[in-house]
Order: sequence, then C-alpha cells, then structure tokens
Amino acid sequence: MSETVLPPLTERLTPLRWAYKNLFSTWYNALLTIGAGALIFWVLRGVLFWALDTAEWRVVVVNLRLLLLGQFPIAEVWRVWLGLALLALLVGNSLGIWGRKARGAGRVTIGLLVLLAALAIVTRDNPRLWLLGMAGLVGLGWYVGRSAGKAVERVVIAGWIIWPPVFILLLRGLSSASDVLPVVGTNLWGGLLLTLLLTIVGIVFSFPLGVLLALGRRSALPIVRWFSVAYIELIRGVPLITILFMAQLMLPLFLPAGMNIDRVLRAMVAITLFSAAYLAENVRGGLQAIPKGQYEAAYAMGLNGMQAMGLIILPQALRLVIPILVGQFIALFKDTALVSIVGLMDLVGIGKTVLAQPEFLGLQREVYAFISMLYWVLSYAMAYVSQRLEISLGVGER
Amino acid sequence: MSKKLYSVFGLLIVAALLLAACGGAPAPSGDSSPAAGDTAAPSTGGDDAAPAPAAQTAAQGETLAAVVARGHLICGANNQVPGFGYVDADGNFSGVDVDYCRALAAAIFGDANAVEFRPVTAAERFTALQSGEIDILSRNTTWTLTRDTELGGNFTATTFYDGQGIMAPSAAGFTSLADLAGGSVCVQTGTTTEMNLADAFAAAGISYSPVVFEDADSTFAAYSEGRCDAVTTDKSGLVSRRSVLADPSAHVILDVTLSKEPLGPMVRHGDDQWYDIAQWVVFALIAAEEYGITSANVDQVRATNTDPQINRLLGNEGELGAKLGLDNDWAYNVIALAGNYGEIYDRNLGPDTPTHIPRGLNNLYTNGGILFAPPFN
Repeated sequence: MSETVLPPLTERLTPLRWAYKNLFSTWYNALLTIGAGALIFWVLRGVLFWALDTAEWRVVVVNLRLLLLGQFPIAEVWRVWLGLALLALLVGNSLGIWGRKARGAGRVTIGLLVLLAALAIVTRDNPRLWLLGMAGLVGLGWYVGRSAGKAVERVVIAGWIIWPPVFILLLRGLSSASDVLPVVGTNLWGGLLLTLLLTIVGIVFSFPLGVLLALGRRSALPIVRWFSVAYIELIRGVPLITILFMAQLMLPLFLPAGMNIDRVLRAMVAITLFSAAYLAENVRGGLQAIPKGQYEAAYAMGLNGMQAMGLIILPQALRLVIPILVGQFIALFKDTALVSIVGLMDLVGIGKTVLAQPEFLGLQREVYAFISMLYWVLSYAMAYVSQRLEISLGVGER
Repeated sequence: MSKKLYSVFGLLIVAALLLAACGGAPAPSGDSSPAAGDTAAPSTGGDDAAPAPAAQTAAQGETLAAVVARGHLICGANNQVPGFGYVDADGNFSGVDVDYCRALAAAIFGDANAVEFRPVTAAERFTALQSGEIDILSRNTTWTLTRDTELGGNFTATTFYDGQGIMAPSAAGFTSLADLAGGSVCVQTGTTTEMNLADAFAAAGISYSPVVFEDADSTFAAYSEGRCDAVTTDKSGLVSRRSVLADPSAHVILDVTLSKEPLGPMVRHGDDQWYDIAQWVVFALIAAEEYGITSANVDQVRATNTDPQINRLLGNEGELGAKLGLDNDWAYNVIALAGNYGEIYDRNLGPDTPTHIPRGLNNLYTNGGILFAPPFN
C-alpha cells in the first residue's frame, strides 16, 4: 500500500467548490467569512502601509551592526564570521550525514543555501564574501557528510562539542598583548550576538544539569533526592528577573573587595541555573512515562543501574519530551531579553540604546518591529528543526 | 497521608526561614524621591532599589593607583538617555555624562579614549560603585543627602543642574509661569513633580488646573492630544519626550525651573585623592570656559598667555597637577582632548542638536548661571 490513495471522485474539489464547502456553506458561515476577511484586510493594509511607507527603516539600517553585534570592535568582526563559518561547515556536514535518514533534510539544506545567498545579495564587501564562503562550506560539508557518512560521524560530533568553547575563545581572544587575537571585553559583546551566546550557553549547560537533577529527584539516596527537590522548588519559586538581580546586584557585595566576576558570565550562570530547574521537571515527566517493564527488562539483561538508565531509559524518556524541551529552549531564548533590565546590552538592551540616539528618537515601532522579527525568525527556526527531529525519531507515532 | 503533610510543613518552614532571612537583610536605601535623570530613562526598573549594605570604602590613593595600573578608567554610564548617555551608530558612547568621563581619562592618561564605559541601570549603579566594579559613576544621578552618606558615595561636583521644567506648544507663546495663569498643566500624580508644580504656582500666586495621570506615558499622550496647555517633568526628560512628539519643533521648553535636581559624578567614600581629581576635573572644565580656553585655542593660549591663574591651570606655573597625583599638564589635556564645559554642553545639548536644552542655570556665573569654579591656586 505504498501508492497514495486518491479520494473518491465525488470528493475531489475544485477551488470554487472547496471555498463553497468550507467558507460559505451556510448564511452565518458566509457572514463570518466576510467579516474575518474584512478584518484581515484592514489589519494587513494598515501594517503593510506602515511598513512600506510610513516606517523609517533607516534607524535599523544605520544601526544594523550595533543591533547584531553590539559594540564589538569593527576590526575584530572577522572573528565572529570565522566562528559562523565553522558552524556552517558543521551544519552542512550534519545535514549530509544524518539527512539520509531524516525526511526534509534536503529541504533544510536548500533553504539554508537560499537564505545565505539572499543575504549575500543584499549585503556588500566583506559580509558578502563571508556569506558566500559560508554557503560554500554548507555545500562542502553536506557533500563530505553525504559521501563519507559513518567515517566522519565521530569527527562531526566532536566538532559540535568543541564548537561553543572555540567560538567563545574566538570572541574573547587570547590575551591583551596578543597581536592575532587581542582580548575583546565582554562589555563590548552585545546585540543578537550576546542574545545567542546567552541562549547557547544556557541550553548547553542547563541540559546535563537538568537531567542530573531529574535523576536526583528520583534517586533512592535521600540526601541527593532532598537536594534536588530543594533546588528545583527553590529556583522554580523565584522569577528569573530576581535571580538576575541577585547575580548582578547582590553577588558583588558578597565578594571580597576588588574581586569582580564578569557581568556576562554572571548572567550566563543565572540563566543556566534557572533553566536547569525547569528542565529537570520536564525530563522527570519523560522518565515517569517509561513503563516499569523497561527497567525490569534492562536489569533482566544484566545491565547495571547506570547502564540501564543511560542505554534504555533516558534515550526513551528524552525522546518523549523533545517537544517540551524545545518549547523550553525557545522560551529560554526569549527570556534572555530580561538581561537588558540589569544593564547588559543584548538585542533588546541595544535596541533601547539605539532609541536614545538623538537623530532617531521616537522610532520605537521600527526598532522593536525589527527586533521582534529577529526573535520570531530564530524561534521558528528552532521549532522547525525540532519538528524535523521529531519526525525522524518517530516521536508521536508510537 | 501524614507523610505528605510533613513534606508540606517542611516546605512551609523552609519558605518561612527564607522570608526571615530576607527580612533580616539590610534595609533598602529609603530614598523614595524619584531621581531626576531616571524619569528620562524609559523603563530602567525602579529608582534606587539597591540596598544599602555596609559600604565598602576605598583606601586613600587606592583608586588612582588601580586605574593607572589597569591602564584605563572604568566609568559607570547610562546608555539610554539622549544627550546625556547613549551609544551612537558607530558604537561609541556619547553624551554629557560620557564626555565627563573622557575628560577624566584625559586628565589621568592624556588620552580621552582610555576609558571603558560600563552601562549601569538605576538600580545597580550604587552597588557597582561600592563593589569597585566601576571607578566613577557618571550617570545622571541626583545629588541628595542620603546618597552622599548612606549609599557610600560622594558627589564631587554638579555637571548639570537639572530641574523640573515645563513644556508648551510654541504657538501658544508662553515664556514664564505667569503666562500659564488660568491654564491647565498635565502632570504625573503621586510624584514630587506634582508637589513641586503646586508649590511653584502657589508661591507665584497664580491659579492653574492640574490634569493628573498615573504614568509618564499617559501624561505625555494627553499633552500631545492637546488636553492641557502645558506639561511638566524634569527638563532632561522633557527633551527626550519632546523628540517623540509628532512635531518636536512645535514645542518649547520654557526657561523655568521648579525643583532642584543637581546631577553629577559620584565616587566611593574613603579615597580623598580620587575625590579631588574627579572634582577638579569638573572645575577645570568650567574654568576653561570662563577663561575662554577651548580645545581649538588651548595650544595658542598656553604659548602666549600671561595670566598667572591660567598659567597655573595649564601647568605653565606651579605644581598643581602633582598635588592631585597627576601630570602637571592634566588640565591642558582635559581641555585639548575633551573641550571646555561649554564645548561639551554644545556638542550634546546645544542649539544645533536635536536634544537642545537652554543653558539656564548651567551657564557661567558671569552669564547668569551658577557655574563657578574655585581658584586654581
């Protein structure tokens, strides 16, 4: 039964009949359709008229570098590009290797190439070259992953693990005396770059921490269990903004005089600790959904507790909670905007700063519309990738 | 069942302990008056929410030594107030408060760019100063007694005399309070602003009708809809609010000041040398304007001048720099690299900028203002 089954002839609809059946079947349906149509038209017309005519997008164009990278020195921007180029290679490679099994990977690859090419068309000079280079690396990575397959799998996994620290090292630099990679202080990190860094660090570190806490909460050892419960309930009972305030305002007072912990690092730790508590509960939900028989079967096969958990239980539990985890990561991505309240210049913080430029005063709508769009595009990208992941892992089909 | 109850009780006890611990923490600053500059900064969170813990003080000479060893100054700045502290499209900090820090860096290092700006919010500014995260706080902060004592800081000098002002449509032709007799003024309720307004009109014996609103946004929205003849808040706030109006040029800020909001740089308690440096840099800026020395003519003045006051200021005579622990041409560097007070003012708040504020009190005492630098002897 592999061929597609067509609906019976009588049910195949022309567009006109479809519209009649779904939109104008009764008099009140017709009324609703016309009303909703008018509303959509009215809203869209207003939005489009504003976006294409009234809005002064110059504020975004002039401040684009500020919004994307903050005050990152212009002479050192190549370091950001280099990090992104490495990421492009990894992404292309992964799509090549694992795309053979997952449906839609080809579409993702092509979409990525089209996006990079489109960005290359609208930019100039160095950014254009970098973007074209990235497109090339995605293609190259894809080809290598496709043809070499299993052989490079380990290399790519290792690449994913070392990419975040390498990227942060690239941004931070080696030492202030270094000619190649002079230090760029975190006070100059900002805009989308800072938002993404906070998100990536938050996800990468809160995930293992959250899994450990989830296991700890189900542990038979009382101390471990009590600690996990206390931690989770304490953190979950406090809003993120208060934790950020604690990290930025209270912590410096408890440290000995002259000792300063980097502000960005403080925010990263606060976000990680906060996210881990929620993640732990989500993972615990997955663990509880695994039937007891799975544990018994694992032990019956002679696996010890660690092996049973790592090889049998956790893989199933985590697969179950992918939608929840991705939802949490998207929320985390947007929650990072709170750091703008404690004085960090993330995407929202830098947006507020741009709005204080005397020549662009009063252009709140333009700046916030642009920022919202960036948030939406990236959140949707995360959601899309997770849907693909779910399909390829068969979540919800069993 | 009882087991569950126990755990609930346990949680309650933990919560109670936490609450008790929080209650035992040092009391908040107790400074309830809204700070002048804060009204200009949209949504930076509360006012001084920072607690007043046992203030860490700096040892004598410690700050300058630390700054010199580090190779640059760390200045706590605002990044959201047009004209006072913001980041321009090239990523550079700009504004009056920011330029003061550049002048301080010029005095210490002979390099106005040897400064790192650390944006601090209203809530965290005093903590950042106390913990030594910043060397100086130059962030539209109003000089008050509480902040000078309990919050562990010392205000050095006033760089901008802010005060509550009044804005009206230029078409109305108002110039003074008396012109507003019988008119209506939009004002935010429950603030010192409302009280100051009432006091000023009562003192002048003029009748008016206040139109009060809960928050700043609705106050200015009502004003822009023409529901009152004028609107009042701090002048630096009026400037940024005016620029958001449909036609900013159709509104004027009257040359009237209803309250005192002196804004200036603040340093930590305990290091008098650093305090003196921060203070005398302000005085050097003011004195330079008084003597007509600008960044353009400072070299010429230094070469040809005969006035002993100016010679001491510019380091031709005496050892004034050494007394501060700086090079003898510290003030020369300040003027050459950052300009005098008037230049800094005009650059950020002058008539050619979108954020123009009439100089008013912020003029030399010789020009009808109250800027006055002690003698350079």
